[in-house]
Amino acid sequence: MKHTEKELINIRDEVNQMWLLVMSQLEKSKEALLRNDIELAREVISREKRVNTFELKIDSDCENYIALYNPVAIDLRLILSLIRIGSTLERIGDFAEGIARHVIEDDCIPLTEKLGEELQLKRMFDTLITMLSDSYAALEKEETKLSGKILGYDEIVDELYHKAIQVLAIYLQDNTADIECGLKTMILIRKLERIGDHCSNIVEEIVFYLDAKVLKHAYT
Amino acid sequence: MIEAKQVNFYYGDFQALKDINMRIEPHTVTAFIGPSGCGKSTFLRLFNRMNDLIPGTHLTGECLIDGEDIYHKSVEIDALRKKVGMVFQKPNPFPKTIFENVAYGLRVNGIGDRKYINRRVEESLRDAALWDEVKDKLKKSAFELSGGQQQRLCIARALAISPSILLMDEPASALDPVSTSKIEELIYHLKKDYTLVIVTHNMQQAARVSDKTGFFMLGELIEFSETRKMFLNPEKEQTQNYITGRFG
Repeated sequence: MKHTEKELINIRDEVNQMWLLVMSQLEKSKEALLRNDIELAREVISREKRVNTFELKIDSDCENYIALYNPVAIDLRLILSLIRIGSTLERIGDFAEGIARHVIEDDCIPLTEKLGEELQLKRMFDTLITMLSDSYAALEKEETKLSGKILGYDEIVDELYHKAIQVLAIYLQDNTADIECGLKTMILIRKLERIGDHCSNIVEEIVFYLDAKVLKHAYT
Repeated sequence: MIEAKQVNFYYGDFQALKDINMRIEPHTVTAFIGPSGCGKSTFLRLFNRMNDLIPGTHLTGECLIDGEDIYHKSVEIDALRKKVGMVFQKPNPFPKTIFENVAYGLRVNGIGDRKYINRRVEESLRDAALWDEVKDKLKKSAFELSGGQQQRLCIARALAISPSILLMDEPASALDPVSTSKIEELIYHLKKDYTLVIVTHNMQQAARVSDKTGFFMLGELIEFSETRKMFLNPEKEQTQNYITGRFG
């Protein structure tokens, strides 16, 4: 194997490690929120720095690769995709940290517990984690045939988001004392919806890399 | 318009080009890439009949320029070469002054009008982006110029006889990066007035200067497409392997 190919594999490994870390962050932020686990939330916040460090390292390695090796064709598409996937994972990491901060700082868990099943937060989290793990597998196996299915999960997340907002709105009409927590919970749910969008972006990058097709904004 | 139809070319028994079909639009830059011995220079040289000089070669198929088969017996090679200029890998100025190098083609073609010659020399040197550097030393020997300047002088010499097509066989491979950059910039600007075809081993150069790229391997034209497409998403696996360095 040529040294340029080894370099690419190294960058891919870094992205994979970051991916697994971000998935773990999302899992832990879910557990922290649903179990009101302050310690776990603190762990998520402390590990956010590692996510950021990965992003900087991947950016720098990709820049070097482009500057030194002038990649073209599939190599160029891979490098461009890896830069953008790194940046997207970092955003997801930020949202996981934001959820952890909600657990520690916002004092709104009683509201989350009260509305429990109706908000379907667990289902939203689980769908997002499936999107992240399936897209990770798609890149690992270098196949895009599941991309449509993964993108379909984002529609489920959007649907859950709209339903959750309705649930909150109805609840707050009768419980005005909870307005502040209601708004904070709405922001939390919005974060989950945005994570779904970012997961879709990752799938689009994988399709760009493997099939040279641009799906971005194709359905807007 | 340059066209190749079912072109096969042989050096004795060795077939150097196999069933090549290609169409090159006017005022474009076309790059030929491929490993050594793939036939790209042979193919380029067909279009001003440079290969005619090599004993034991023969051609089948058609090479057309503006619809005319340039291998038809009615075609005069001198007339063809007025229309199709050529620049080689190594700058090859004549042992004459800078002015006389550029004026040479005009004089050989029987032009004696001094005013016209002066004008064409200046125009050609300007087109070759060399005028500002040599306008005060036109009577100096061409050998006093740097390698990059000599190559641009050779381009000016080729342009002086007003060809419509310029063939370039690795025109920057013997030059330093600054001179290479000047030649590339020149190629980019020349397509306004000329049709350029360039053979290069430097794939980034092909990517930078050309509109379309042809990838040759073992005498076959594997892929011929828009340069942007070829360098982002080539159709053939062989092309991808070559341009990403996985070839062989």
